[in-house]
This record gives sequence, C-alpha cells and structure tokens, in this order.
Amino acid sequence: MKNTQQENWTAKLIDVSLPILAALAALLVGAVMLFFLDVNPLEAYAALWDGAFGSKNSVAETLVKATPLLLVGLGICISFRGDVINIGGEGQMIVGAILGTLVGLNLGGLPGWLVIALALLAGFIGGALWGGIPGVLKAYFNVNEILSTVMMNAIAVQLMNFLLRGPMIDPAQAELASKIPQTARLMDAFRLPRWVPTRLHLGALIAVVLAVLVYILLWRTTIGYRIRAVGQNPDASRYAGIKVKNYIVLALVLSGAFAGLAGVIQVYGVNYRMITDGSASGFTGSAGFNGIVAALFGQLHPIGTIPASILFGALLVGANKMQRVVQVPSALVIALNGLVVVFVVSSEIWRKRRQRRRLAASGEDPPEIEEDQLEEASSGDGEVER
Amino acid sequence: MISDLFSMTVLVGILASGIRLATPYLYAAIGETFGQRSGVLNLGVEGQMLLGAFAAFYVALTTENLWLALLVAMFIGALMGLAMAFVTVNLHAEQGISGIGFYLFGLGLSDLLFQKLLGTVETVKGFSKLTFPVLTELPVVGTIFFSHNILVYLAFALIPVSWFVLNKTTLGLKIRAVGENPEAADSLGVSVAGVRYFTIILGGTLSGVAGASLSIALLNVFQQNMTSGLGFIAVALVYFGAWRPWGVLGGALLFSLVNSLQLWVQVLGIPIPSDIAVMMPYILTILVLVATVSRVRAPSALTRPFERSD
Repeated sequence: MKNTQQENWTAKLIDVSLPILAALAALLVGAVMLFFLDVNPLEAYAALWDGAFGSKNSVAETLVKATPLLLVGLGICISFRGDVINIGGEGQMIVGAILGTLVGLNLGGLPGWLVIALALLAGFIGGALWGGIPGVLKAYFNVNEILSTVMMNAIAVQLMNFLLRGPMIDPAQAELASKIPQTARLMDAFRLPRWVPTRLHLGALIAVVLAVLVYILLWRTTIGYRIRAVGQNPDASRYAGIKVKNYIVLALVLSGAFAGLAGVIQVYGVNYRMITDGSASGFTGSAGFNGIVAALFGQLHPIGTIPASILFGALLVGANKMQRVVQVPSALVIALNGLVVVFVVSSEIWRKRRQRRRLAASGEDPPEIEEDQLEEASSGDGEVER
Repeated sequence: MISDLFSMTVLVGILASGIRLATPYLYAAIGETFGQRSGVLNLGVEGQMLLGAFAAFYVALTTENLWLALLVAMFIGALMGLAMAFVTVNLHAEQGISGIGFYLFGLGLSDLLFQKLLGTVETVKGFSKLTFPVLTELPVVGTIFFSHNILVYLAFALIPVSWFVLNKTTLGLKIRAVGENPEAADSLGVSVAGVRYFTIILGGTLSGVAGASLSIALLNVFQQNMTSGLGFIAVALVYFGAWRPWGVLGGALLFSLVNSLQLWVQVLGIPIPSDIAVMMPYILTILVLVATVSRVRAPSALTRPFERSD
C-alpha cells in the first residue's frame, strides 16, 4: 500500500515536470535559433529574464500580461476537458470587449462599481455568444469547431474594425481628418483599481479567484463532471443519460465567456478604450492563442494554469526587453510558444505509456474508460454525434 | 453603382481574379486532402505557408531565381511536414493541438526572419503572366483564362492529377485504406506510418508552394502574417469538398470568387462598408460547412493515431 502511494507520488512528480522539460526543450531550440542569428543566447535570455522579473514594475507588467492568458486559459480548460477545441479566443475576446465597452460608453450616470460589474457581465455574455454559435454548429450541425471558431475570429475582427471606424468611433476622432479607429475613453470612475504606481489592476485578482471557481466547477459540481464525462467518452455519457449536445454547447459557451471577460478586462484594466490596428492581435496581443498554450502547459488544470500564465506573460514582457537589448524581434517568443505546445502534446505519450505499464504491473483492470475508447473520444473532428 | 457590378469589364475582372485567388487555396487544400484521407488532420498549414512564403520571397529577392525560390519553399514546407509527421505518427500527439503549435511556430519564425533579414516590406519580381498565342488575345475568355502565371495553371492541373492518384493508383488505395481502417491496412502489409509520413510531407510541400504562390506569384511581397487565416480556410475547404479533389476545387473557386467580388465591391465604391464586405467569405464558409458537413462522412480514422496491438 505504502509502495503504491509512493509510486503515485513519483508519477505525479513526473507528470508535473514533463511540461517544464518541454519548455526547457523549447528554450534550447530557441537558443540554437539565436545562435544562428548571431546573438549570444545567454545574453538574450538574461535580458528576457530581467525584462520579466528585474524590478517591481516588470513583475507587475508580467502579471498584467498574464491576466488575459489566465482568463482565456480557464475557458480552454473547460472546453478541452469537454473535448471541444476552442481556437476562437481572439474573436470571443473582441466581442466581449465590444459589449463591455458599450456598457461603459452608454451608462455614464451610474456609479462606477455598478458600471464595472455590468461591463464584466456584458463581456461574459459577448464571449459566451461568440463561443455559443460554434457550439451549436458543432452539436447540432456537426460542423468542426476548430474551423468555425477560426472563421468566427475573422468575422469578429471585421466587426470590430467596422464598429470602431463607424458607429462606435470616438466623437472627437470623427471630427478629425485622421479618424483614428478608436472609441472614446472610459470615464475615470469606470476603471479597474490599480496598484499604483504599477499598471497591475484588479483584473489579475479576479482571474485568480475565477481559477479557483473553475476548479470547483469542473471537479466539485455535476455540471463539471458531465462536461468531463462527455469529453472522455461521449457514447458512454449518452447511455448514462447525459444530454451530450447540450454539454458540447455549454463547454463552448463557458469557454467563450471567459475569453470575453479577458477582453473586457483588457479594456477596463489596461487600455480604457478600444482601438484597432486592423488585426485581431492588435487588440488581443494574441492572448486568444497564447491562452491555449498556457492552459496546455498547466495540464488543462485551472490552478496549474495560474503559474503557466505567469510564465508566458513573463516571456511576452521579457521579449520586449530582449528586443531592445540584443535586437532579437519579440516574434521569437511566438515561435517558442508554438514549440512549447508541440513538445507538451508530444510528451503526453510517456505519461500514457507509464500509466498503462503501471496498470499492467498491478494487474488491475483499467479504469472506467478503455484506452482506445479514450482515443476515439478525443478525436475532436466533430464526429461525436452520428 | 451597383449596376457597375454587372458590366462586362467588371464581371471579367471578378472572374479572372477569382481564378487567380484560388491558387493558394488549391495547393494548400489539396495537400491537406491527402493528409486527411490518410487519417491525419494537419492544422499547421498556415504556419507552413508563412515559412514557405518567406523562404520563397527571400530566395527570389537575393538570387532572382524564381524556380530555386519555389524549390526552397517546397523544401521548407516538407521539413515542417516531416516534423509534424514525427510528432503525430510516432509520438501520437493530439493532431489538432500540435497543428496549432506548428502554426504558432511558423507565424513567429517567419516574422522573426522577416524582421531580422529584411526589416521592411519590399517587392520582388515574381512569376510573370504567361501569354498564349491567339488565346490570350481573345476577348473575355483571354482575360479570364489565359492571362495568369504558371503557378495558377499548375494549381488547377493538380486537381485531376490528385484525383487520379487518390482513386486510380495503388498508392491512392493505400492512402484511403490507412485513413479508413489502419488496422486492416496494416494486416495486409501496408505501412501505416510510411503512408502517413508520405502524405503529411506531401501536404507540407504543397503548403510551401501555396505560400510561395502568394509571395512570388500573386502579391510579390512578404509581410508579417500575410496569409491571415488563408491556411485555416484551406483546411475548411477540405471538409467543404468532402475530401475529394473536385469538391475542393469547387470550394476554392466559390470562396475565391466571393473574395474577388468583395474586392471589386470596394473598388467600385459601392456603399457597403469594406469591413462588412471582408466578412462575407468567412460567413459563407460557415454556412457552407453547415450545409455540407452533416451530409458527408469524414475518413474513419481521421485524427486517430495508429498503434499496433501486439
């Protein structure tokens, strides 16, 4: 008994260290790339570290960057656990931000805390809506959600550009010839409180609290159990009487809602207005994609996603410093993020193999779900419903 | 102004640029078709295209040798495909997610190289339009069909060729068998891993060409993230085309014609906000996916890793 407990503990330790090894491997590849670019990798990484954690202010910036990653990542934990691949974080952030900004621009007479609360709600709903559409399309029309969420991203960008150039443009800009596509600035009373003199805002705390709530949702409530059951084995779930389609939609609705929150918090905590350079990443900073990276790195666990988001926030902030000090474009970090994703999903095989060995060694029956069924269940190509 | 849209010159222009714009979709989507028919979903197309586009552009700029540029783009795409194959075939990595990883890798690396090696947006002299004796001079038909560069024609030629390979050759049979029932294919002595390596590398190679077709044939520039979602749309076209080359052709043409119409709507100054017009192809893709996907069946083993049970 004691022996198995110890083995369990070692297994957990290895599980936790796999993503860290994956990240180190990515940094190593990055070092090779830097070497070929005639840059001393040590110098570059030192600048990166210094930029991310070198001062109180840089730590604050790291947390500011980590906040949308965590929020998007929480949504990803929910949807990926439900075997729904949500690539639509970018669009969901944008739509959430648009609805949230409309609240702030139109409810000038209300007290600040109320407007903020309503704006967060609006952002939540906006993201839920933008995630819900692909959810319904997947559940009822068998449309692959990866593709539909990518299309919804493109549509959201154009919607944002249209609104910020037209109906929602700052009245002051509408007068000018420049016509910068941005909304008016939010009133001071509507801003999320900051830890002055840094830019760290209340949104970071909200995100951490939500991480705990998502953990409770996924592992301590029936809804969460069902989302995970549908993700692991839709057929068995259906026999057990779970309405599989509804939970597919719910997984995307919730996932989108958290991205929507990330968008509105970006407006109320950092920029105080929406502005577009025509691209999605101009507003989101690609958090819709990087949040996926963070969640995967955190093993799709809400609590694990917290340190993961901080790590990737640090990479993003540090990359700017690296760009200044050793003239390496910060795009390097995007490439490294991609490598981390590849390495993390590739390292899964070792965990699966060990799990199987352990089961074989202990002579136990495999757990409730068979390996091959699991793999079938995780095929994620919209074939859940036949 | 709306009536301008129906004048002969405009219609000819829409059709001609529609055919031209289909080129990158065709290369990328046909490559993806091979992969998916063998059971592998490659979502890294966009990243492969970006690296291919950059490689082709850079070689074209420095050597002025367009065919060498194309070759390098194919090589880079193939390398990305090789990596993807290793990760999905040998390591059984979740295909959708590793594809996103490869996408981010290509996005970041192409941007990095662009900033490091070029810095500013430059233009290059790309493949020029071919002229055909008599044919190019023909009114209407000449402009629509006989005024394109070589990569456009090769893209269209790829359709019957890939149809033939998939349906009339042993190789095609193996690919389809591996995608439908890898266990059975394996028991008949087909190397599942070998076939999948082949299709994924082929897919990467064609994605490289797709990127090159943008940077050295259609637009003749390179910019950060210049594909802006084109690779993902190419994946959607495979579903749209029900995993068949001719279906993919139909989807690519429909998509590029709508895109071209949308561009002309802007050129003519028809009072539809351009942002709304740009949305049209994406909305159309979703609608068409709704209309088609529920009727056709995907390859049975799509996204399922294969492991011999011994």
